[in-house]
Amino acid sequence: MLVSVYRYNPETDLKPSMQDYQVEIPGGKDLMVLDVLALVKEQDDSVTYRRSCREGVCGSDGMNINGVNGLACITPLSEVVKNDKLVLRPLPGLPVIRDLVVDMSIFYKQYERIEPYLQNDDPVPAIERLQSPEDRAKLDGLYECILCACCSTNCPSFWWNPEKFVGPAGLLQAYRFLADSRDTHTDERLANLEDPFSVFRCRGIMNCVAVCPKGLNPTKAIGHIREMLMERGA
Amino acid sequence: MQVSSVTNFGRSGLSDWLIQRVSAVILLLYIVCHSAIILNTPEMTYALWRDLFAGTTMRIFSLLTLLALCAHAWIGMWTVATDYLTTRMMGSKATLVRLVFLIGCLAVLAVYFIWGVIILWSV
Amino acid sequence: MANIRTMTFDGVIVGGGGSGLRAALELSQSGYKTAVISKVFPTRSHTVSAQGGITCAIASTEPDDDWRWHMYDTVKGSDYIGDQDAIEYMCSEGPQAVFELEHMGLPFSRNEDGRIYQRPFGGQSREYGKGGQAARTCAAADRTGHALLHTLYQANLKNNTVFFNEWYAVDLVKNQQGHVVGLIAICIEDGEVVFIKSKATVLATGGAGRIYASTTNALINTGDGIGMAMRAGVPQQDMEMWQFHPTGIYGAGTLITEGSRGEGGYLVNKDGERFMERYAPNAKDLAGRDVVARSMVLEILEGRGVGPEADHVLLKLDHLGEKVLNDKLPGILELSRTFAHVDPVKEPIPVVPTCHYMMGGIPTNIHGQALGQNADGSDRVIGGLYACGEAACVSVHGANRLGGNSLLDLVVFGRASGIYIEKMLSSGVEQQEASDSDLELGLSRLDKLNQSSSGEKVADLRKELQVIMQNHFGVFRKGDFMREGIKKLQAMRERIENPHLQDKSNAFNTARIEALELQNLFEVAEATAIAAEGREESRGAHARDDFTERDDENWLCHSMYYPETKTLGKRKVNFAPKTVPTFEPMIRTY
Repeated sequence: MLVSVYRYNPETDLKPSMQDYQVEIPGGKDLMVLDVLALVKEQDDSVTYRRSCREGVCGSDGMNINGVNGLACITPLSEVVKNDKLVLRPLPGLPVIRDLVVDMSIFYKQYERIEPYLQNDDPVPAIERLQSPEDRAKLDGLYECILCACCSTNCPSFWWNPEKFVGPAGLLQAYRFLADSRDTHTDERLANLEDPFSVFRCRGIMNCVAVCPKGLNPTKAIGHIREMLMERGA
Repeated sequence: MQVSSVTNFGRSGLSDWLIQRVSAVILLLYIVCHSAIILNTPEMTYALWRDLFAGTTMRIFSLLTLLALCAHAWIGMWTVATDYLTTRMMGSKATLVRLVFLIGCLAVLAVYFIWGVIILWSV
Repeated sequence: MANIRTMTFDGVIVGGGGSGLRAALELSQSGYKTAVISKVFPTRSHTVSAQGGITCAIASTEPDDDWRWHMYDTVKGSDYIGDQDAIEYMCSEGPQAVFELEHMGLPFSRNEDGRIYQRPFGGQSREYGKGGQAARTCAAADRTGHALLHTLYQANLKNNTVFFNEWYAVDLVKNQQGHVVGLIAICIEDGEVVFIKSKATVLATGGAGRIYASTTNALINTGDGIGMAMRAGVPQQDMEMWQFHPTGIYGAGTLITEGSRGEGGYLVNKDGERFMERYAPNAKDLAGRDVVARSMVLEILEGRGVGPEADHVLLKLDHLGEKVLNDKLPGILELSRTFAHVDPVKEPIPVVPTCHYMMGGIPTNIHGQALGQNADGSDRVIGGLYACGEAACVSVHGANRLGGNSLLDLVVFGRASGIYIEKMLSSGVEQQEASDSDLELGLSRLDKLNQSSSGEKVADLRKELQVIMQNHFGVFRKGDFMREGIKKLQAMRERIENPHLQDKSNAFNTARIEALELQNLFEVAEATAIAAEGREESRGAHARDDFTERDDENWLCHSMYYPETKTLGKRKVNFAPKTVPTFEPMIRTY
């Protein structure tokens, strides 16, 4: 199989280029894209990418696979390869550090901006804070985010305004804390999101939903934030 | 951390978002209303058209639509400008380019509005 | 100081997983200048993969639950070489540590009354083994590790911990007085090498499951802290004790939580027989992990395995119904569909025992202080060095860890290390100094790699190492076969210390990191091999064909591996808990 990898080393390259590798897929197995990258790295140890858990829960190996953002470790070749060719590029819209490794600082900064931690001013009880199963169920589909950035780097609004638009990943977490019955800072959180950029740059095109490897729905969460902002404004 | 809105006239992203939707509804109503009138008038003459716009209700409706159009266009153009005419896209000259572009938009909208009012009240 | 930049902190923590982040949080909260060095962004650490939960007697699902029962189970699970003072500390402090996590925002699943949901796990009992199965594992669906790690990272953000993300710790810096004064680290992004100086250095680097070819562990689990400690001369405890998790997905190695059996799933052989009923009549599929894993291997060896090679068994879950599976085990459904191409709602999952957890590691006391030994065998605290989490051996897991106890270990002893270091710092301890020559250990290793012009490929060497470990030091072990394995390993040392690094770039050079990781893997593998050959008995996860019985007379003790001489010694197990009577060794059945 032909694997075409985006190459860029800031120390030696003036501009990026694509490099082709011929990879033998053992025994016609349906490998994951990450396994193929490991085979490429065996040929050429300078090929650079991030990886950790290799089971889709750590979010390290988000990349653009034959034109679509996804996690290399849970994307089987059978799902993406056409004409025996695999094209691997870094996540779009972020600065490239080297090859498939992007600088995610701005992505993390937007995550930090929504104050991603529970805030509760009531006195701490001796045991846990109580929460009904129904209230807990409101966090399903929100807390599972793995911060892989597949969604935010697939979002034009985030490409244009990464410093000001929180992006789908950050907003999903913003809503995770807005929706938590144990958090008492709803008003401050909403005030922090009311400006014309943070939330309202979302145009609802659902590019984020299309690529989330965990099947989450940031667009829906953003809709809920808008509703909460409206209720607060009314 | 609050995001400053620099050249936005709106109160907040929420008001912008609401204005955009309310104004769109007004524009749609206006179009539907006029389409219905035109379709239900077998022979539209200048006199009929003039009478139609001479009524106070229609004047207020038209003025409202004119306002809605200006607000809608302004928010839309401002959004487009802050998406594409940015330092990220074109470097340090972006702020100046955006300012000129937005002043241009404002000027055009002002002309539209004043001209519209003059037409409405000259009927 | 040499030619490199020096940065100074009150406390530096190596590793951004559960225990590292918990220790860092404790220190940051008290206002000390704290840095976390992590080779990956913290939420990519292996804690994120933990599924089933955190075992702790918070008395929610069973309101009369008692931490002493948990302690009994843990002592029994350890096959009696867990230190009882440490287990007592973990089980009694546990509830407080878990409630703190909840207050930080961890999204635990809930019972109807609003308290934290707890599920049954293997090896759990009520009333000291006499009251039947307990339900003691606090869970956030089957994503507890993910929820826990993200919550701890978030809490650290709130408390302004300084993070060096994607920095790799190369070696400890130990001065002539034997005091650890910091470490050499390299920034992966730009290759800068720095000396990070600190009054307290905490190794929270996790496990090293990648010494085996088939493992549930992340690719980053390369035993970096263990390697660093051994190169600094720190002995390692109970390194022969490796847990093989009963249910790794056949072929892929990804983990299926024990919680799937806790929720009512069970194992079957090719005849559809629930074979655990024969091996553990009472606990059945919820016996200790070592017991279940061995039973599975025996079934396979006796020809009752499943598949064309008859080399695995099946985990049946479909009888639980789609709703329970969706509510309680959503992550398992995802993993099975992706990696086993099986939908557990309809079909059983092919599983096989897979390397999962390192019970051994850097010996510490309950404050996380790393321990060496005096000539008379008594403990000696190593100044400036701490360890917690999987890298440490406190030892609460002894010869076999119970499911759900690893997450508890992380938070309890991460927290304990932080509390102790805070106390030590506030008592005004002084920064010890290092000389240029003390930095040499780490710097020379880097230099050697950067100048390599010949040698073998890291990927090839790593594969060879993993195959040796898999074949010679697996679930069942045998003396002569292990000695052969040790010989093969010894022949590899020279080659692994001199691999060929083709890529010498300073920009995000992962090839260099992989070479350094391989050297750590090798240190762990050799320690494991020598300790496994040395312990002439079967206990917990260490099962020998040539010594099939537990030998309390000679081996009711920890093994100590001395890296400088590559020899094995012993250390006493603690049988003196402070508030409860000693749990005396008994025959261990489930």
